[in-house]
Amino acid sequence: MEALKKELKEKIIAVLNLEDINLEDINDNDPLFGDGLGLDSIDALELIVMLDKDYGIKLVDPKEGKTIFQSIETMAAYIKENRTK
Amino acid sequence: MRKTYINGVGCISAQKTFDTVFLEEAEINENDTILALKVPVYKDFISPVAIRRMAKGVKNGIAASALAMKEANVTTVDAIITGTGMGCMEDSEKFLKAILDNKEEFLTPTSFIQSTHNTVGAQIALGLQCKAYNLTYVNGSVSFESALLDAKMKIEEHEASTILIGGIDETADFTMSVFKLAGFIKKENESPYKVLNSTTKGAVYGEGATFFVLEDKKQDNTYAEVLDVEILNKLKADEVEAKITAFLKSNSLQISDIDAVVLGYNGDVEFDTYYKTLSENAFANTPQVYYKHLSGEYNTASAFGLWVGAKIIKTQQIPEILKVNSLENSEYEKILLYNQYKGIDHSFTLISKCLNLKS
Amino acid sequence: MKGVAITGMGIISAIGNTVEENYVSLVNNEIGITTIENISTVHAAVIKVGEIKKTNQQLVDELQLSPDNNFSRTALLGVIAAKQAVRNSGITSINEYKTGLISATSVGGMDMTERHYYDYFENEALLKYISCHEGGDVAQKIADELGLEGMVTTISTACSSAANAIMLGARLIKSGKLDRVIVGGTDALAKFTINGFKTLMILSDDYNMPFDNNRKGLNLGEAAAFLVLESDAIVKKENKKVLARVSGYGNANDAFHQTASSENGNGAFLAMEKAFQAANLKPEQIDYINVHGTATPNNDLSEGRAIIRIFGDENVPDFSSTKPFTGHTLAAAAAIEAVYSVLAIQNDVVFPNLNFKTPMEEFNLIPQTTLKHKNIEHVLSNSFGFGGNCSSLIFSKSE
Repeated sequence: MEALKKELKEKIIAVLNLEDINLEDINDNDPLFGDGLGLDSIDALELIVMLDKDYGIKLVDPKEGKTIFQSIETMAAYIKENRTK
Repeated sequence: MRKTYINGVGCISAQKTFDTVFLEEAEINENDTILALKVPVYKDFISPVAIRRMAKGVKNGIAASALAMKEANVTTVDAIITGTGMGCMEDSEKFLKAILDNKEEFLTPTSFIQSTHNTVGAQIALGLQCKAYNLTYVNGSVSFESALLDAKMKIEEHEASTILIGGIDETADFTMSVFKLAGFIKKENESPYKVLNSTTKGAVYGEGATFFVLEDKKQDNTYAEVLDVEILNKLKADEVEAKITAFLKSNSLQISDIDAVVLGYNGDVEFDTYYKTLSENAFANTPQVYYKHLSGEYNTASAFGLWVGAKIIKTQQIPEILKVNSLENSEYEKILLYNQYKGIDHSFTLISKCLNLKS
Repeated sequence: MKGVAITGMGIISAIGNTVEENYVSLVNNEIGITTIENISTVHAAVIKVGEIKKTNQQLVDELQLSPDNNFSRTALLGVIAAKQAVRNSGITSINEYKTGLISATSVGGMDMTERHYYDYFENEALLKYISCHEGGDVAQKIADELGLEGMVTTISTACSSAANAIMLGARLIKSGKLDRVIVGGTDALAKFTINGFKTLMILSDDYNMPFDNNRKGLNLGEAAAFLVLESDAIVKKENKKVLARVSGYGNANDAFHQTASSENGNGAFLAMEKAFQAANLKPEQIDYINVHGTATPNNDLSEGRAIIRIFGDENVPDFSSTKPFTGHTLAAAAAIEAVYSVLAIQNDVVFPNLNFKTPMEEFNLIPQTTLKHKNIEHVLSNSFGFGGNCSSLIFSKSE
């Protein structure tokens, strides 16, 4: 799970073009959206594509993303449970 | 009728056009077919959170508009009107490539969203939290003049007092390679690329963002007044003089009243005849100015041309590097600008030095 | 405020190739939403579109263009609609007065570009399509086919584009800068937009249901529509029939997000407010609102809130979205809906908002679901686009 969390942090930085952010800046339980990292609805869509492309998880309703993407912790847990790749 | 004054300018181009006065550091590049931009420090203008999604055009647009607003000493505007010929090319290319290469799978929205033509205007509005009139014109080489005309009308209609207008275009790799294939851009191995007296087809291309703050009030640092703008879709080279004469007449002027003419020569031997015909006849006795050897050709390069015209009126000088002929005037009061691209999208813009009366 | 005279219209959409055909479809609930045929896309099975069932070749033949033409589909549709409008207006000599063309497009020639993108380097015959990519080319082609020489320009502000074109046209006439303007918009279906909207997850796999609590998103469409606006001087001199008048218009920016609308519909509210000011009309004078109503979760909520803010909870007039008929035609939307607004005025009808079953839980807005006959003096038409670009137009019956 630790390896997955690190991997997720790296992917988020790359996919969302967060140039000024380092791995250490993202805490496992920090909120990703709104105040924490300041991500928005377009970033959520980007992450939905990432889930499909890299982990084989297809989300049909974008609203599902709200709970899944709350933090690195929740993301990793969801992926561990549902990944097909 | 309320008048339109240029009270602030901001220019990002292939020359050092910010933190300078008027092209003192300009350099002519006759070796490259596409001129590179002199970029500002974008982080001075845009937050890291916002910047991560932005392509060149958006960043240049925000920087240039910020410079113009700073110079005009305004923090809010009543309208934002932009012109762009090709729109957000980098993001368009990115999204299209992704569609074709990945066979429509695993596509992400950012580049699609950022590819909408009105992205620059929208991002500026977002940054300023400006809910006012916001329009984008996309019509080749009259995109910027359309924005200018709209802004002037807004002021005359008493609908706005302070308006931000701009012309933005960006180069993108694939599109540039396709343009070269089509002959829009000069062929390699034909340097030096001289814009005046060129014998080859195509033009040296460039990119940039040039913004102006237009107001209905004259300020101490006003550059010039915009008297009139006209857009015509199609003309033959021998029809231009008559149209210019009519345009000037409707402003109670004649060709002899024009102190300098700014022409959009771009080195394309096929179409520079439009300007040559004027240079050698109607304006043979007028100081003539050209600028695309410094900015490169792009649909909204004429915004750079207006920047040049405004600077000439402000400084009352024509830098050597801009001169087509060696004529000079003791005073530059009325300036006419004329541009076209490949025989279409003709525009006449008339600007004037302000008389020393507060309006 | 009397408003600027509309003397001609032309349209081609998924529900008809002429103004008459569109009207017949609207009053007979004949929708144009189907499975896509002209474009091969991996998403064909999970989207529905408002497609014009004519191939490019058929459009080329109709316009009698030479085989070596370089028209994009967007331009083909645009020319068809513009020519209809000019004919409808009874114009025989297009350059007789100071005439302009204000067009609108978001796709431009992208439908061609995406076909030939990698092939340009292999096949010289395709190079002619390079110049048809940008937005301005569509307007240039329309102007050429009409023989128009004058002011030609194009507005591109996503889904509000044509509304802004109509607005500019009206202002040019009012200011006296032009005597006559042909205004409107055109957009063809393209893989670029289909995939673009798919990534935003706002395409429905079913028939779009505007203002329904269970709405899933929009159906893309393609169309073109143009109107001829003329000065009162020409109307009088040539004894022209005035179809209706553009009496109000307004544009404002939501300044909230690049694609999503603010929850309270600020941009929409401001645009509608400006339109009322320009028309010197009060909300209670509106007989019908042709809403933007794309059936995305976000738009209908935002637009609904803005409408309630303008009209008040109890006084929202009859309203409907015609997008269940045509799909969302992007830059052409405001133009085809302008035609529909004029038809509503001419025929004293409110067109139905199809596919509606369950009211949205956030408020009590029920669209008009059946064709309704009543006197229509004033119609409000909304169009809201990406980049927070919100535009509203008011059309009025001419005396």
